Amino acid sequence: MPLEAVSGKVKTVNLLEIEDLTVEVEGKIILSNISLRLKDKESYILFGPNGSGKTTLINTIMGMPFCKVTSGKIKFLGEDITGKNVEERANLGISVGFQYPPEIAGVKLSDLLKLYLGKDSKDDFSYEEKKLIEAFKLTDFLERDINVDFSGGERKRSEILQMIFLKPKLLLLDEPDSGVDVESLKLISNEIQHYIENTGNSAFIVTHQGGILGYIRSKHSCVLLKGGIHCFADPKQTYKTIKAKGYEECVNCQERITEAW
Amino acid sequence: MAKESELTKILHQILEEAYKAGIEKSEEKRSGTLMHVDQTTLYSKVNESFMGKLELMDTKEALQRYSWLDNYRWKLVNRDKDKFTKKVAEDFSGGYFIRILPNAQVIFPLQSCLMITKTDLEQRVHNIIIAEEGSKAHIISSCIQHSGVEKASHLGISEFYVKKGAMLNFTMIHNWSEQTLVRPRSAVLIEDRGEFVSNYLCMRPVKDVQMYPVAYCNGKNSKVSFNSILYGHEKSLLDIGSKAILNGKGSRAEMISRAIARKGSNIIVRGMIEGNNPECRGHLECRGLIMDNESLIQSVPELIARKKGAEITHEAAVGKISEKEILYLMTRKLSEDQAISMIIRGFMDVGIMELPKALNEEVNRIVDFVAQAN
Repeated sequence: MPLEAVSGKVKTVNLLEIEDLTVEVEGKIILSNISLRLKDKESYILFGPNGSGKTTLINTIMGMPFCKVTSGKIKFLGEDITGKNVEERANLGISVGFQYPPEIAGVKLSDLLKLYLGKDSKDDFSYEEKKLIEAFKLTDFLERDINVDFSGGERKRSEILQMIFLKPKLLLLDEPDSGVDVESLKLISNEIQHYIENTGNSAFIVTHQGGILGYIRSKHSCVLLKGGIHCFADPKQTYKTIKAKGYEECVNCQERITEAW
Repeated sequence: MAKESELTKILHQILEEAYKAGIEKSEEKRSGTLMHVDQTTLYSKVNESFMGKLELMDTKEALQRYSWLDNYRWKLVNRDKDKFTKKVAEDFSGGYFIRILPNAQVIFPLQSCLMITKTDLEQRVHNIIIAEEGSKAHIISSCIQHSGVEKASHLGISEFYVKKGAMLNFTMIHNWSEQTLVRPRSAVLIEDRGEFVSNYLCMRPVKDVQMYPVAYCNGKNSKVSFNSILYGHEKSLLDIGSKAILNGKGSRAEMISRAIARKGSNIIVRGMIEGNNPECRGHLECRGLIMDNESLIQSVPELIARKKGAEITHEAAVGKISEKEILYLMTRKLSEDQAISMIIRGFMDVGIMELPKALNEEVNRIVDFVAQAN
């Protein structure tokens, strides 16, 4: 765990700290006064209905220029990154597995994977790398243009595989479980869990279907509703409540935990 | 055990230029080589292992040898079409005659190279290419100009005959100089089950290229594909079209073009598919990237249907590089500039050209070479 000395005392530095963040997209406030703290070696689950601002939160952490921070701060490993661009944040160790990644004609999946691995386009993948690609059922996609004519599930598998090769310290995943068949869901989830355990890095996972919860060992979840965060509780408990009583209950519930992790 | 290639007998400086345009040094990898420099054919040779599969010689020599060639010359391109065809009809210096013999499979590319080394030269060539019944071949033709030469023009007539069940994949690479005027006039006739793939790459600055090759798909189930990758810069004017006339039952046409315009270049991409048979299909696709405010890309698709049942479609998109694509790659640690060059490189992907693997790699090498030089 990274440490820093503060006035003689040793204090742990959080992986990510969001302080009182307000974000506008195209002049409209999408997130208001959000605060979050993420530590390393953990998985965090973010619940929220459609349109609650989950994707905007992910994009804001990544530094996408269309997400305008009007107030508040984002700190990564103690450093204020609010003014940093996407590339700088990526190089610090943040990356996103997108829900709807763009199609790029002529750019092959293998080109990108090799780039992350520091390989030349002529170099071959190692035996282990090939095995992992095979496990993701993406061998036949290596020479395909990235995301072009990929199905929903294929995109998810490709995004997660890219993340594993890219090795970010903070892995932001936007609905990795939507539009994925049962078998792929199990594979993707297990690989994410494996990644966190093996590398000590963290994942912040957006879901609104909860499918991933059966496989990811996470103690932390929060609920995003109408641009604000409500309740920080155990993911399975939270999901049970949402399923039984809907998202509104997370705002009104007597047992909700307002203290952040 | 490198055996000195006979090609090295040709003036070293000229060869260096030829290599840049994609001429392979080792002739073992080629089925044949023909070099036409200025007004003379300097070199023509069929690789031994391909003897009996194809013929390669200067068009003038072929006309002397084969009287039947008169049935092919000026039969697809009208000699009175314009002032350029008229000039070549008046007088020409040669060109290449290529004949792939019946049922021959020429899996390695044949390379032909037309070069201009003299200032103010007007090169006039007439090429005739015949793919006999059941044959299959890939040809690369490179047109290049020696870098020391400033003003020149190239007028080239090319007539292609793709006979029954034959497949001809013809890749043309243009490497002219900023002062060259280029006027190719090409036509192809495709018989039953014949297939013609035309690949055109123009990646270096050129003064002015205008061409509009036409394919007559007269045969039953005949097929034509026109693929172009155009990289316009330094005030180049590229007016590149292609026309497919679908007369045969079940005939098909596909046109794909990728155009990048920068530094004051103008690119006009034309395409016309004419469906004259109730069972024909055609598709035209044009994508353009405009890189600055001084350049222009104009897409002119024309679809003509004359029979009920003809199915002809097109899609076109012209614009700047997608911000979303750049940001996506930046989330993967690429800088903005790296992301842009990766997208441009991908945009010029030669995967559209249906080339065999070895040739694909080679054309990619040329594209990389040019992309890096810019």
